[in-house]
Amino acid sequence: MLTILFDGVAYGMLLFILACGLTVTLGLMNFINLAHGAFAMAGGYVTVIMMNRYGISFYWCLPAAFIVAAFIGLILERTLYQWLYQAPHLDQVLFSIGLVFMAIAATDYFMGGQQQLINLPPELSGRMDVFGVGVGRYRLFTIILCAVLAVALQLILSKTRFGSRLRAAVDDRRVAMGLGINVPVVFALTFAFGSGLAGLGGAMGAEILGLDPNFPLKFMIYFLIVVSVGGTSTVSGPFLAALLLGIADVAGKYYVPAIGPFVIYALMIIMLIVRPNGLFARGGR
Amino acid sequence: MLNRRTLMAAAGVALGCLAAVPAAAQEVIKVGLILPMTGPFASTGRQVSAGAKAFIAAKGDTVAGKKIELVIRDDAGTADQTRRIAQELVVNDGAKVLAGFGLTPLAMAVAPVATQAKIPSIVMAAGTASITKASEYITRTSGTLPQYSLPVGTWAAQNGIKKVVTLVSDYGPGIDAEKWFSKEFKAKGGEITEAVRVPLANPDFAPFLQRVRDAKPDAVFVFLPSGAGSLFMKQFADRGLADAGIKLIATGDVTDDDILNSMGKPALGTITGHFYATAHDSPENKAYVEAFEKANNGMRPNFMSVGGYDGMALIYAALEKTKGDASGPAFMEAVKGLSWTSPRGPVSIDPETRDIIQNIYMREVKEVNGELHNVEFATFEALKDPEKAEAK
Repeated sequence: MLTILFDGVAYGMLLFILACGLTVTLGLMNFINLAHGAFAMAGGYVTVIMMNRYGISFYWCLPAAFIVAAFIGLILERTLYQWLYQAPHLDQVLFSIGLVFMAIAATDYFMGGQQQLINLPPELSGRMDVFGVGVGRYRLFTIILCAVLAVALQLILSKTRFGSRLRAAVDDRRVAMGLGINVPVVFALTFAFGSGLAGLGGAMGAEILGLDPNFPLKFMIYFLIVVSVGGTSTVSGPFLAALLLGIADVAGKYYVPAIGPFVIYALMIIMLIVRPNGLFARGGR
Repeated sequence: MLNRRTLMAAAGVALGCLAAVPAAAQEVIKVGLILPMTGPFASTGRQVSAGAKAFIAAKGDTVAGKKIELVIRDDAGTADQTRRIAQELVVNDGAKVLAGFGLTPLAMAVAPVATQAKIPSIVMAAGTASITKASEYITRTSGTLPQYSLPVGTWAAQNGIKKVVTLVSDYGPGIDAEKWFSKEFKAKGGEITEAVRVPLANPDFAPFLQRVRDAKPDAVFVFLPSGAGSLFMKQFADRGLADAGIKLIATGDVTDDDILNSMGKPALGTITGHFYATAHDSPENKAYVEAFEKANNGMRPNFMSVGGYDGMALIYAALEKTKGDASGPAFMEAVKGLSWTSPRGPVSIDPETRDIIQNIYMREVKEVNGELHNVEFATFEALKDPEKAEAK
């Protein structure tokens, strides 16, 4: 029972790291970026290449995945995304889904279509018993890291100057610019940061979720569920939503395997009926 | 001006005729190879096509006075594409034989085309038993899930395993595997304590594995398509199922030779049943593996590649028998009862069902010269597909 709860929390945490970048772009920048999973995939492949080809330690791969994905995000934001901030949402959807397909084809071409595997350092693999509960070491590592990130993210957004600039830029772009905030730079940095988080999530998820060129499509649904259930205006909303979904998914598959995969969709529908703007909506937008 | 243009046109026509003459001297038989070369199942396409090419490279491109030309088309793993490509190949390109088909639904989509156009179609990868029943013109050189799940059941029952939980992907081949393993295992006195089905697009095996662990069986029988298999293997080890005394037995798809080596230590000791292992010990296989790895940049040939290789072997043998007649009825008549020595061992085509009869090997994952391999330790000889054998 507790093991299932633990696995669910680990899975939920991973979903949160993968999806929270999407919360930022969707909720704060009002841009529908379906290609978010492609950044996660980039981070995953960076890890695979570094570990398997060059034998670099897993711990160095995590920041590298973040930096590379963030860098790719920054370049794409400056060259492509920024022209679409004012475009209708349908254009954004078409544009970003196009990017997804290009990313899939490119990855398949360069890396091949097979599942990529990484071998974790020994201290992270296997499991241990904590008060009689079987706990996977890697999952524990995931939970701790993701929890730290979630707190840091919340603090950055609510307490730092950059956070307030970002919120100002989102609420009213023109006034923010009038006050001397360099909105394009704020947006570019935010976008890069969100992409970087996705990259980190992809790197961490390679072990649990697997990694192949279809990663962005496979997980797009999960990202969107997290964001739509959690709402897009806070960090804590998607955080709780991801946890809830992770636990529901794992528990559903454990206790009722026959209908397990449907549990999270049922949950999503119920949540959307009860709280159409997400768990912690600031009121209608 | 007009004269000159007519003259040029005439010259062009004449040239065209000239060019056509030598080609007509040696008739070409086009073989349309439809495979998922892109998308999630691209590795299937790569392996099968490399296997087919390896055969042509080894045996030359002429048989019974006809030149064999491979036309490889990509269906990206979607059934409606496979069907459209099959029609195009037959109608526009004049393909005489169709082959390939990475997945069951893709093979099924081609069946009506094969029947209507009387085109021999050779399944080189897909593994659901019922495919060959879909058309008179379908034959197979891979293997069927019942064919290599059943012996795993026999082996398990004979080797002190009493209680088993099955865990399969929830689609055609998975259900085939579950059904035939359980049937055989129960008939031999074993007990299936639980049957878990995992959705095909399943990111995390944690809950299912925990369920297996809590059921405390002697072994877990697994079928998963090869990519998902590697992920499963890691989580199996991480969750400590092996330490809890639960053995892992599976079909060979899970320890696919193509990716086995990258699975690392957790894969060691896994017992699987399948029709081909790269490490199979025979002179035919040694030659095949060597030529294959050389032509494909060190890629290991897996069971799919040998399906492609034997598919071409089948086409050559049938054409030799019909003296180059590739028309549907004659070709299919020749296919029935064909037998040859493949890199995987002796194989033949069942005259009644057009499905392949072959040895199924029990293997264990071991380290050989620093690389992980499926090492064969027992053989079930000349097995037919049990599903069609039973139906009679």
